[in-house]
Amino acid sequence: MVLSVSGLCKSYSGKAAVDGVSFQVAPHEVVGLLGPNGAGKTTTISMILGVLSADGGKIAIDGIDISAARSQALARTNFAAVYAALPGNMTVMENLRVFGLMYDVQDLSQRIESVITTFDLAPFRRQKCGALSSGEQMRVNLAKAMLNSPRLLLLDEPTASLDPSAARDIRDKIRAFAAENESGVLWTSHNMHEVEVVCDRVLFMSRGKILLEGDPRALPARHGKASLDDLFVAVAREPLTLGEA
Amino acid sequence: MNPRRISAVFLRQFYLMRGNLPRFLTIFVWVVVDIVLWGFMTRYLNGVMGHAYNFVPAILGAVLLWGFMNRVMMGVAMAFMEDCWARNFLNVFASPITIGEYVCGLVLSSVATSVIGLVIMLGLATLVFGLSVFAYGLMAFPFLLVLFMCGIALGVFATGIMLRFGPAAEWLIWPMPAVLSPFAGVFYPLSVLPRWMQGVAHILPPSYVFEGIRAIAHGHAAAPSLLVWAFGLAIVYMLLASLFFMHTYRMVVRTGRLARYSAESG
Repeated sequence: MVLSVSGLCKSYSGKAAVDGVSFQVAPHEVVGLLGPNGAGKTTTISMILGVLSADGGKIAIDGIDISAARSQALARTNFAAVYAALPGNMTVMENLRVFGLMYDVQDLSQRIESVITTFDLAPFRRQKCGALSSGEQMRVNLAKAMLNSPRLLLLDEPTASLDPSAARDIRDKIRAFAAENESGVLWTSHNMHEVEVVCDRVLFMSRGKILLEGDPRALPARHGKASLDDLFVAVAREPLTLGEA
Repeated sequence: MNPRRISAVFLRQFYLMRGNLPRFLTIFVWVVVDIVLWGFMTRYLNGVMGHAYNFVPAILGAVLLWGFMNRVMMGVAMAFMEDCWARNFLNVFASPITIGEYVCGLVLSSVATSVIGLVIMLGLATLVFGLSVFAYGLMAFPFLLVLFMCGIALGVFATGIMLRFGPAAEWLIWPMPAVLSPFAGVFYPLSVLPRWMQGVAHILPPSYVFEGIRAIAHGHAAAPSLLVWAFGLAIVYMLLASLFFMHTYRMVVRTGRLARYSAESG
């Protein structure tokens, strides 16, 4: 497994933000982590990224326990999120070089050229990231996320700021990344159409727990809903009616 | 410790300096202003006093050394603030870099900027105002080393404060050297201070350095015990600052403050 999460818990002032969450991500698998705002998705991702400590439970990335060997575990992962843009006061090349060194990427120059080609960033290589459009910035974020060829790729709404054509292109690239490497992807999105297209499996979170899990194409029918959108709304509004289904 | 990860922190600061003239100017503009101001002040005082006393090594030398310590501290703090202002903590701390490597990168950045500042200050003070570093003899090196260690300790402590209280805490950081300077006896002997201030001064390593400088300016040797105390205290403060930073880091990871620097809690 590229990611194994078991019994993960986190509380703030006695209120559970994440409550006994367990799941796994296998190689070549794209797993969607879904749920309404405040469900605990970002808290879960923050714990996997090591920027938030868990109150209980265990996270292993590629078999390495993050609480015991943080640096080694994080060397096998990477992420891109809408709320974590790369510094806008450095150019695309400078950012990729700095983060390439931070992830100790070997043959860095060659690897940078490879991700620049993959994400069509050649025209922007000497531009400051802050001067790029939000879509272009996300492509730079994704390029940084691929620099170390991570075993686990965490993507928090990676296509939120992209136009439909660019979003489709990115989805194809990430699917190809999971298919061609021994890597897995954990993906959060509020775009249910996208989730159906990209994810092999989805986890619906509500109030800090995983409520439902399964194939995004089969799950709505199993719970008497017409679409994944309808199921999402039901999870957000009436989670208690779905837990036993 | 992975040298490539340390170099990433240093390289980031280099790119920022290279691409932005105001950032580069901050390395030396204020220290140059200080040297010019105090250079003319010492020239005036020497004129008033005749040959009775040479203020250049006692006052201008002290300004230079105090400015060096401030540059070291600000070098560490500014490098950290750049990540704070760019909301870059999530990108940095979600990478494999260890806290030790990150702090080493900050210190390395500070060494580079403070050495540039020191060379410019020395050049100006020597060429324009006649300060001779040879006036302090071999003691110049341990004096600089003690102040360097203090600057690092202060800088790491300041970054811990910012990590704990967020970007707004930078307004606590800027005046730190000014708050310490009356106790450090930069311009006057500790004996002129009231007893309680002397008590504070005796736990500050720079006060031993400046007492030593004044002793040399008066034609005496700096007592070796001054250096021993200064080094001993500087080592203690470096350790305490590192422990404070580590403790603060663990606290912000536990409470979610680090994650919330960039991300909204889900």
